[in-house]
Amino acid sequence: METKNIMIVGVGGQGSLLASKLLGHLILQKGYDVKVSEVHGMSQRGGSVVTYVRFGDKVYSPIIERGEADMIVSFELLEAARWLPWLKENGRIVTNTQRIDPMPVITGSAVYPGDIVRKLEGAGAQVDAIDCLTLAREAGAEKAVNIVLLGRFSRYFDFEEADWEEAIAACVPPKFLEINRKAFALGRK
Amino acid sequence: MKRNMNTKRQELMLGNKAAARGMYEAGCSFVSSYPGTPSTEITEEAVKYDEIFCEWAPNEKVALEAAFGASMAGKRAACCMKHVGLNVAADPLFSMSYIGAVGGLVICVADDPGMHSSQNEQDSRHYAIAAKLPMLEPSDSEEVLLYTKLAFEISEQFRTPVLLKLCMRVCHSQSIVSLSDRTEVTPVPYEKNITRVMLPAQAKKAHVRVEKRTEELTAYAETTDINRIETGRERTYGFITSSTSYQYVKEVFGDRYSILKLGLIHPMPEKKLLDFAKTVDQLIVVEELDPIIEKHCLTLGLSVEGKSRFPIIGELSQALVEKGMDLPEKISHAIEDEIPARPPVMCAGCPHRGLFYTLKKIGCMVYGDIGCYTLGALAPLNAMDITVCMGASVSGLHGFNKALGEDAEKNSVAVIGDSTFMHSGITGLTDIVYNSSASTVIILDNSITGMTGHQQNPTTGYDIKGNPAEKIDLEALCHALSVKRVRVVDPYDLKMVEQAVKEELAAEEPSVIISRRPCALLKGVKREAPLTVNEDKCVGCGACMQIGCPAIAVREKDNEKGSRKAVIDPTLCVGCKVCTQLCRFGALEG
Repeated sequence: METKNIMIVGVGGQGSLLASKLLGHLILQKGYDVKVSEVHGMSQRGGSVVTYVRFGDKVYSPIIERGEADMIVSFELLEAARWLPWLKENGRIVTNTQRIDPMPVITGSAVYPGDIVRKLEGAGAQVDAIDCLTLAREAGAEKAVNIVLLGRFSRYFDFEEADWEEAIAACVPPKFLEINRKAFALGRK
Repeated sequence: MKRNMNTKRQELMLGNKAAARGMYEAGCSFVSSYPGTPSTEITEEAVKYDEIFCEWAPNEKVALEAAFGASMAGKRAACCMKHVGLNVAADPLFSMSYIGAVGGLVICVADDPGMHSSQNEQDSRHYAIAAKLPMLEPSDSEEVLLYTKLAFEISEQFRTPVLLKLCMRVCHSQSIVSLSDRTEVTPVPYEKNITRVMLPAQAKKAHVRVEKRTEELTAYAETTDINRIETGRERTYGFITSSTSYQYVKEVFGDRYSILKLGLIHPMPEKKLLDFAKTVDQLIVVEELDPIIEKHCLTLGLSVEGKSRFPIIGELSQALVEKGMDLPEKISHAIEDEIPARPPVMCAGCPHRGLFYTLKKIGCMVYGDIGCYTLGALAPLNAMDITVCMGASVSGLHGFNKALGEDAEKNSVAVIGDSTFMHSGITGLTDIVYNSSASTVIILDNSITGMTGHQQNPTTGYDIKGNPAEKIDLEALCHALSVKRVRVVDPYDLKMVEQAVKEELAAEEPSVIISRRPCALLKGVKREAPLTVNEDKCVGCGACMQIGCPAIAVREKDNEKGSRKAVIDPTLCVGCKVCTQLCRFGALEG
């Protein structure tokens, strides 16, 4: 199989590491070669964060470059726009519709672009935008935003729903399992 | 074709975790480190194995000296640090090279090309050459595990400390590793031996041994299978590469051209390089940062291309390899709007915020240090003038004040975190007291090592496992250094902070202010209910924005013109109430 390139982007502290951990676990179980590259340290303090997930028969580089991503999963709208140049022609973006103002917008020295979803589509991306925060609240915890989003982007993979559920059970502490199962189902449906 | 899943236990593993696993499997029994991105998780993972004693040392020099002591005692030992940590540990490193190792001694050093979380992007390979130590350089997690184990063997076989050079992309990428069981190693019984006392007479003999050892290691470099040649289909180019650069070359060219992949980066094989050169038309070196392999090839008289094709600055990637090899760029699109940057910020409720707001208000010169609080340099706080390296705030302030005299003493402070103060601030404070500058040092005591992700330190009262430990009392320590003016403030109380800073700046003797409140992200720190905005009282003046809290914005309500109001994000706000002290209208409620 040709290597698939998935990027998970968001704002430091949104829980993107759990999403990549889960996806990595699932891909490993399926017998593919896989590499996951993430950012730790200073940029986690509310900065723009990106995780690369690559899988296939044999994966060399752990990173994804401009024009290489098959799919970008974004926890925040502006981040989807920031990383758009990394998307392949006609690639897919699955994004949470949450808006988190970066400091230059808060202080008034920059403007948060409007109509981002339409502009992403205008640039040729296939966009699936979803309000994960509302669905996470419905599932019982705002923190489950990451699993709602995971549920949504699970639609675009060939893996069975049961495989995803097994991966959630393997990666999430038992006491949060029920909420996360519910969050996944709400995102996927 | 999918990989064979049944042969061995396999796991998707972070490079840093693979290093810890390698230590475990190699029978390592002692790890001493100081945290530093991107190396921190090695020690955090090693401590999960009961067979390994792990500790956070106060700094990298102490950590390396402790690990060396364990090696002298005949046990396998390791020490982990980021690239700049090796500068701190450089003094023992050079002498240890002369003395050699008894129990295997592995020093993991993690570079940060691209400076994701660092103040420079120095290339640690220079240290291997300068200290005449073997250095291994793995390219993914599987190699990290294997090379860590091999490093212990090389260390004992050649009686030398061994450097394991990692980089951010290897440390923080996960790839598949195969696990083995731990092999216990019989410790070498301790024997007194004068050759370990580095008096000049012994050091002269030791240097001869070191040069001989380098010759033996060069011979090893010719035969070891971690310096391997992968024969390609075409001979137009031949690549010499190591670490992640190898992965980028493979990503672009697969098995089209031959590759000499170096796992032992110092000392380098000479015959193998010369033989490889004969099999290809043009040699190309792909390496991150400095042209070390390239220059080695040049000294061998080989014609190579390297930095003329690939940048000397920052990380490499498959795209940069493509560009350097004159291949076309991939097509990509962007939206037309300018995308606002999203720099890291102090978290909502961060105890450093109130202090930096006050320093900005007073307008004094701020000599900064390394930690989350370095973010105080960014807008809107803008309250930092200089940041160099760990501990440099305290000693630097002393020199600044001595140079400019009383006017500077009354208008300048050093800011340094609790962990950084223990790392290398104590000696600077000694200089202030001993050579008497009326300097004001502010210790930002947030009860944890914050930036690297919450590690315990000597002032927190807990050890690396979270078990109770002796807690070093910062006030008593400063008093013991003969600082007479030591006071503690709560950085959430802006009036208290302002009064303390003004009084200590005015004092005509050294003073220390301890700004004490735990990191807002620490487990066990209670989050108060989020504040709310009383829209009848809020006039949208934006005074609350001066502290740069990510939970507060001032926006036009429902896009109506002239309806600017403060907005608080309830998912971020922890109710610290620092912003309420800035609002003249009492509009922020909680």
